[in-house]
Amino acid sequence: MITRRKLITNTLKGMAALSLPAAAFEILTPERLNAIIYNDTAKVRYVFLVDTNKCVGCGLCVKACKNENEIPYEANVTRTWVERYIITRDERHEVLEKVFADSPKGARDGFITGTIDLGHGNTYTPRKEDIDKAFFVPKLCNQCDNPACVQVCPVGATYQADDGVVLIDRKWCIGCGYCVMGCPYGVRFFHPQHHVADKCNFCYHRIKKGMKTACVEACPFGARLIGNYKDPDDAVTRIINTKRVGVLKEEFGTRPQVFYLGLSMEVR
Amino acid sequence: MKSHVWRPLYLAAGLLALFLIARYIYVPKDFGTGERGYRYSFHRLGNEDEWKAFKVKYKGTEYCKDCHSDKYQQIMRSRHAIISCENCHGPAIDHPENPAKLAKETNREHCLRCHFRLPYPTSGRSAIRGIYPGEHNPGAPCSACHNPHKPQEGLR
Ligand code: HEC
Ligand code: HEC
Ligand code: HEC
Repeated sequence: MITRRKLITNTLKGMAALSLPAAAFEILTPERLNAIIYNDTAKVRYVFLVDTNKCVGCGLCVKACKNENEIPYEANVTRTWVERYIITRDERHEVLEKVFADSPKGARDGFITGTIDLGHGNTYTPRKEDIDKAFFVPKLCNQCDNPACVQVCPVGATYQADDGVVLIDRKWCIGCGYCVMGCPYGVRFFHPQHHVADKCNFCYHRIKKGMKTACVEACPFGARLIGNYKDPDDAVTRIINTKRVGVLKEEFGTRPQVFYLGLSMEVR
Repeated sequence: MKSHVWRPLYLAAGLLALFLIARYIYVPKDFGTGERGYRYSFHRLGNEDEWKAFKVKYKGTEYCKDCHSDKYQQIMRSRHAIISCENCHGPAIDHPENPAKLAKETNREHCLRCHFRLPYPTSGRSAIRGIYPGEHNPGAPCSACHNPHKPQEGLR
């Protein structure tokens, strides 16, 4: 016999059972969870690691990049460049520090002088005793997870491929320059021959064939490395996950994917 | 029913149709999106293949190994082993077919990229043995005295 009590409890039980979705019985792997949360099922996410401690400022990466990617060698534009930072104290060793930074011709020919190029024809040669810190920082496109340059493109000429690399469609770009303005890292420029926006694309033609980028190949000191963040055994992924790494201009919210070891607060 | 309301409506519909036809003709057929959706990945899908087809120019040190095995063996035993051949000889492209010979960087500035003495604290540069070119045999190419393939093995 159906009592009122039974009816109510059974109804409640039945409702509870019905409200359980089929998904509740699915066993989630981390990959699957990632795919659900970030709508991200790609097998590859290219990331870059720069070890500024190892960089000697030879500029061989810049030379190789220009040759490999057909960026006019004499034109003052480049997809990657190396900056030199020199932090000095004056003779009386006051607390106030001065920061100098230069990158003549994007360091295409390296740094073969101790004289800093201050711009507008001015130079300065710090004395060795005055230098507190001095180091080199290679820069390239950060292939951001939140690329500002893509968001501002009015025609869909720049976009992010599934592997995270931001590419530019040379046939579709109208050369409006919004992306050049929009990039907080200043990596974009106008290609002097194609008259469209241009920037580093992690040597897309090389990485897609399983090769390293031209700059990684050219660097004798291993200051530059490229890896796949989706592969937990990748050497670069391991370093990013276990060492103290930094990124440039984190406050812009662009989620840059070029990581730096030995970054200093003077680096902009 | 005759009404002055219809005329602008026809005009608007006509303009819309014209726009859609023009868009259909002008926008490439393969416009679409990838994993990152409309926000970041609305593009002409064929462009990815265009970039993949870009010509590779730097072939890497292993490429030279068989034909120039003597030079390869020499440099691999030296401290210059870490420098890729193409850093000093330029990109191989289709060498030896095209170009038949590669260049040889013998100007002093090339060596000074690393060997100009910059004793910078906190940079790897200070660990490299450096010279001041104005004081170290100015005028003569470095390779006149040092062998770039075996720099540590005495002078020429
Ligand atoms: C398939 C064989 C082959 C490969 C691979 C090859 N070379 Fe050569 N290379 C040659 C030949 C043949 C010549 C022409 C020799 C001559 O005419 O004296 C040559 C000439 C050169 C020269 C000029 C030599 C001179 O006397 O002026 C250089 C430098 C050179 N190669 C460097 C390289 C480098 C660096 C690589 C690797 C990126 C490389 N080669 C790969 C076959 C090869
Ligand atoms: C540090 C720069 C440098 C590197 C790295 C380098 N070379 Fe050379 N190479 C030279 C220079 C400079 C010459 C010019 C000849 C000379 O005076 O010794 C030369 C000459 C040559 C020649 C011409 C042969 C001759 O006797 O004149 C060949 C072939 C060659 N290199 C192959 C290679 C190969 C293969 C590699 C990589 C395994 C390599 N080089 C790495 C600088 C370099
Ligand atoms: C006229 C011959 C000659 C020329 C040209 C020459 N060097 Fe030297 N180099 C020497 C001799 C000899 C030594 C060893 C004696 C010494 O330490 O001064 C030497 C030593 C060196 C050392 C080692 C210094 C040390 O601290 O141990 C370096 C590095 C060097 N040379 C680089 C270069 C570079 C780079 C060039 C080209 C810009 C060059 N040399 C041109 C003859 C030459």
